[in-house]
Amino acid sequence: MVQYARTRFDASFAALSDATRRGVLEQLVRADASITDLAEKFHMTLTGMKKHVGVLEQAGLVSTEKVGRVRTCKLGLRRLEEEAAWIERYRQLWDARFDELDKVVEELKRKEKVDGRKKRE
Amino acid sequence: MDARRESEPTPMKNRTTVERKSERELVVTRTFNGPARIVFEAWTTPKLLMRWWAPKSIGVSLLSCEADVRVGGRYRFEFGHGASKPMAFFGRYIEVTPHSRLVWTNDESDEGAVTTVTFEEKGGKTLLVMHELYPSKEALDAAIAGMEDGMLETFAQLDELLLTLGASVGRS
Repeated sequence: MVQYARTRFDASFAALSDATRRGVLEQLVRADASITDLAEKFHMTLTGMKKHVGVLEQAGLVSTEKVGRVRTCKLGLRRLEEEAAWIERYRQLWDARFDELDKVVEELKRKEKVDGRKKRE
Repeated sequence: MDARRESEPTPMKNRTTVERKSERELVVTRTFNGPARIVFEAWTTPKLLMRWWAPKSIGVSLLSCEADVRVGGRYRFEFGHGASKPMAFFGRYIEVTPHSRLVWTNDESDEGAVTTVTFEEKGGKTLLVMHELYPSKEALDAAIAGMEDGMLETFAQLDELLLTLGASVGRS
């Protein structure tokens, strides 16, 4: 997980190292936009803009969704990905709690054993 | 730790699973290597709850924990993070069946879930199932979106970073 976060982090910095891509992000802070809109705004070919958006997407900064013939870009993850990421974090929270609970259970088990022995003696 | 390893094999770590079972339900499961009465005790004794509810890795500490585990009894857990104001998690127990079932409400808002925890013992191990039922799909969606506040914060920081970068590019 840490490894994964690290890669994401590096990808984010690489994505931000380009002025056009920073401009695209600024644009998307204001409103969602199609690749065509973005290409026009930044005086670029569709292919060029697709590449930039691809880099931002890889970094998890932008997600795109195709509706009909238009590919719309927005900031952040897709809803489904967001939910999956949340569920994974929630799982990690409970997993961390349960690891501690394991220790409490082990201790209570040992105590029961000792107490049982004492009672028999 | 090593002494223990000699006397009994180190148990394999049990897996925690989380699933959104429906629009309104989340289910968490985990098996514990101990009898139900012990796992139940750890869920119903404040002194023991204090030891596991806020592990270091979650970044907040449990300041206090009150749990009057009887039907109608109240619970209140207070969390703190640095100097910020403590947050409370509170509600009422509505079902208490020793060693097998615990149901509580969450009264922080109208959107709170009803949580049912069952303890099922089999061969000295206990399967724990925690079921959270939200009043509506919107309530669970909001709970999920709420955890995304961290994401919004990241974007706010990104905004600032963009401004700084933009400014320095403009200057050169």
